[in-house]
Amino acid sequence: MSDHTVKSYDDDLANLKQLLAQMGGLAEEQLANAIDAVTKRDIRLADRVIAGDEKIDALEQQIEEKSILTIARRQPMAQDLRQIIVAIRISADLERIGDLAKNTAKRTHAISEQMPRKLVSGLTRMGNLALEQLKNILDAYAQGDADKAIQVWRSDEDIDALYNSIFRELLTYMMEDPRMIGPCTHLLFGTKNMERIGDHTTNIAENIYFLVHGKAITEERPKKDSTSTTNYNLNT
Amino acid sequence: MIDKFQKGDPARLAKRYSSERRFQAYGAAALAISVLFLAYLIIDIGIKAWPSFFEHRVVLQFNLDPGKIDFTNVQKGDFTGLIKDSLRALFPTVTDRADKKNLTALLSVGAADDLRDQIVANPSSIGTTVNAGALLSDDADLYFKEGFSSTIKTAGKTNLQLAQTGEEYLFSGDTSQLAVGQIVRTNGGALRITSLEAGIAKAEALMVPENLNSLIPGSWDLLSLSETEAERSIDDRSTVWLEALRDKGLIEKHFAWRFFTAGDSREPELAGLRGAITGSLLTLIMTLSLSVPLGIAAAVYLEEFAPKNRWTEVIEVNINNLAAVPSIIFGLLGLAVFLNFFGLPRSAPLVGGLVLALLVLPTIIIASRAALNAVPPSIKEAALGVGASHQQAVFHHVLPLAVPGILTGTILGVARALGETAPLLMIGMVAFIVDVPKGFTEAATVLPVQIYLWSDLPEVAFQSRTAAAIIVLLVILFCLNAVAIYLRKRFERRW
Amino acid sequence: MDASPQRPVATTSPRILAARETKIVASDVNVYYGDKHAIKHLSIDIPDRAVSAFIGPSGCGKSTFLRSINRMNDTIDGCRVTGEILVDGKNIYDRDLDVVQLRARVGMVFQKPNPFPKSIFENVAYGPRIHGIAKSKTDLEEIVVNSLKKASLFEEVKDRLAHPGTGLSGGQQQRLCIARAIAVNPEIILMDEPCSALDPIASARIEELIDEIRQNYCIIIVTHSMQQAARVSQLTAFFHLGDLVEFGDTDDMFTTPKDKRTQDYITGRFG
Repeated sequence: MSDHTVKSYDDDLANLKQLLAQMGGLAEEQLANAIDAVTKRDIRLADRVIAGDEKIDALEQQIEEKSILTIARRQPMAQDLRQIIVAIRISADLERIGDLAKNTAKRTHAISEQMPRKLVSGLTRMGNLALEQLKNILDAYAQGDADKAIQVWRSDEDIDALYNSIFRELLTYMMEDPRMIGPCTHLLFGTKNMERIGDHTTNIAENIYFLVHGKAITEERPKKDSTSTTNYNLNT
Repeated sequence: MIDKFQKGDPARLAKRYSSERRFQAYGAAALAISVLFLAYLIIDIGIKAWPSFFEHRVVLQFNLDPGKIDFTNVQKGDFTGLIKDSLRALFPTVTDRADKKNLTALLSVGAADDLRDQIVANPSSIGTTVNAGALLSDDADLYFKEGFSSTIKTAGKTNLQLAQTGEEYLFSGDTSQLAVGQIVRTNGGALRITSLEAGIAKAEALMVPENLNSLIPGSWDLLSLSETEAERSIDDRSTVWLEALRDKGLIEKHFAWRFFTAGDSREPELAGLRGAITGSLLTLIMTLSLSVPLGIAAAVYLEEFAPKNRWTEVIEVNINNLAAVPSIIFGLLGLAVFLNFFGLPRSAPLVGGLVLALLVLPTIIIASRAALNAVPPSIKEAALGVGASHQQAVFHHVLPLAVPGILTGTILGVARALGETAPLLMIGMVAFIVDVPKGFTEAATVLPVQIYLWSDLPEVAFQSRTAAAIIVLLVILFCLNAVAIYLRKRFERRW
Repeated sequence: MDASPQRPVATTSPRILAARETKIVASDVNVYYGDKHAIKHLSIDIPDRAVSAFIGPSGCGKSTFLRSINRMNDTIDGCRVTGEILVDGKNIYDRDLDVVQLRARVGMVFQKPNPFPKSIFENVAYGPRIHGIAKSKTDLEEIVVNSLKKASLFEEVKDRLAHPGTGLSGGQQQRLCIARAIAVNPEIILMDEPCSALDPIASARIEELIDEIRQNYCIIIVTHSMQQAARVSQLTAFFHLGDLVEFGDTDDMFTTPKDKRTQDYITGRFG
């Protein structure tokens, strides 16, 4: 893509993209740390994650202001307009991802020492998968690669599938031992957070597709998350 | 401290400013010089022309004896004789035939006509005695207009005795005031000193004295003339008569309406501009009625309708060239075409107007085209845009907006035509024509040609007439320009 | 680059066209100024009762094409038009077509407001008068008042119809010009950068006016302001170097243009 006649317009857009990349990196780091904290039950790391969310929120605000200013100043058209709108939307998604990471880290306190490692490892696996998705989608955005974004979008299926199995597993534990209901609920929420993060990455993927092609993805996304219809009494 | 306003070499800057000041000074100087020349010209002409706007008359008493003037046919009366008699009656001592002739020569030949006109207008005055002014001849008139600078009057302060020996008169006593060439006026006569020796002054009679009484202070005076008699257009004797008339209070000064109401004449005091003004007017009417419609039509066609090809280009170039052709060429053209080929009457405003129309046509076409071109094309587009035809767009919108420009160009062209002499010489409008022309085909002359004619005449009084005619021409031109400016302001519209 | 006639145009067969009658059909139009090929093999369908905007960089031929729709180019020496432009199925370059009649049907509003240096009334009355549209004096007055009302100028000038039109403000003058065009009852109104000499508020009033009257006319507007084109038009055509590059629904043109040149132009990346 050739440059704008007005050079500072290019600078504005580049700056926006760079802020978004920074925000993406931060979200990625927060998520990785949150997973680490939960896995290792590292309270200090968890506290750091909780404190670090502020930075993401600040960046989101910065991106929003920058976008509004650019729209007002440049009256962007076509692809430029999409780029700015998409930046606002992605930043909102990243902010949510940050919040979810923070929320997960908070649960480190509640997940006690006596919790079987096996149970926590489900959340860890789930988290790593979401982290992978996030990394890929941020790469796709940086490269403007719609195909890669579609790939990420499709592989959200895997997270959903994993979430389903963990959900059932935790349910089983809770039914077996009512004392586990408290910690398991926290674990359940943590896993749900990871699942939500996956959903946000698909949002980002859709936005990247819109950015590149100027239209929404038309095909139906495969959904494997059936937990909302899953019954208590599971004997299957 | 560094002066941030100091950019570049200060010497260079000073040079730039001084060159700018120099340029302005040159401009101002050029302007001042031209204003000076113009002022000199106008003041000079004005001073020369001023006397021509006045005339002097001598008030005479006429006994309108019905025996001399026929009641039934006033026109046939001998008014010349009447006037001559009246004048001579004032100078009973003039008996010599030659002197009598000289005396009556002080009156203009037109004086008799004036008197006749007066009596025709008022026939009831016949049989009575009336006082009426009789116009002086040009030389006599001029004598009074020159402000008497050449004649110095001195009152007699000494006692003198007068004696006569034959034709000669002798002054004795205190002759200290006298000098050769001076004229002593006393006892109803005038004596010119011919020699002055040993207290005795010999003198000859210009006007014979009634008696030989001794002269006491206050009873005589002395006329001394700065130029010799030969250098003057009026001799000593006439001077004495004129001074006598003035002393009697018979000389009257009047505004010379005659200058505007009379036709041309060989006598300067009778010559007027009416013929020339009428001739100019008729010629201009002819010029205008021909060149304006033709010029505007040509301009509109060339500017708005003509296709842009080689032919129109050739025509365009030729029109521009025609505007620069010397005017006498147009005169030759007129002579060849209108007089020789078409056989139109010579010296007539008709032909003069035709020739001048040809002369100003290029000017009008060029001015009109420029005016049409200056109308913004957006106006024409607007008209075409609502579905006006090309002709409607031009005649409804473009032409009305160009009118002030066209008018200005036309009036300037006409002003040029008004001042044009050369082409009219070629078609014979240079003849001496006394009558005021009454139509386009009668012989006539125009103002500039009249000026040219008068400037050529030997009579001194015509010099002043020439200047006066120039003033009249200039005033008419200024008026035309004023009208041009007024019309432009009146019709000018902003868009 | 000039050889192929009928170059492909990135057109999305506009949805708007399907919904409305087609008013103007241009096919393989070429316009030459002397040796300069100003419009190259242009074909376009323009719908009735909608606003079509022509955009493009200076010298791209958009004004030239606009002016060939009411044959205003005829007044320019050395201008030649080939191909055909059909208005209601009739080729306006046919020999038997009367230009004056055509211009009565195709009104035009120019870049610079150009009211006649006459009264406001006379400005509007001129067209109906030369075409003999008004039967009587009261008829004419009614036409003038209605036209001024349609141009939303009447309220501002009703007390000074006899005052000169040139005494109005720039925006009012332009609305007067629109009223003048409307007074002849045209079906098509061509606007050649009607707001380029106006301040933003006056421009906005013109845009509002265009929006109000577009139900009744086929309006074509040439504009340098892409925002304006995006705001007022339903269809947009992008011209570049005498080519019609892209023609489609305005909604698509300004969000997802098909051609890279269009994209570069509307995002401000040209040259």
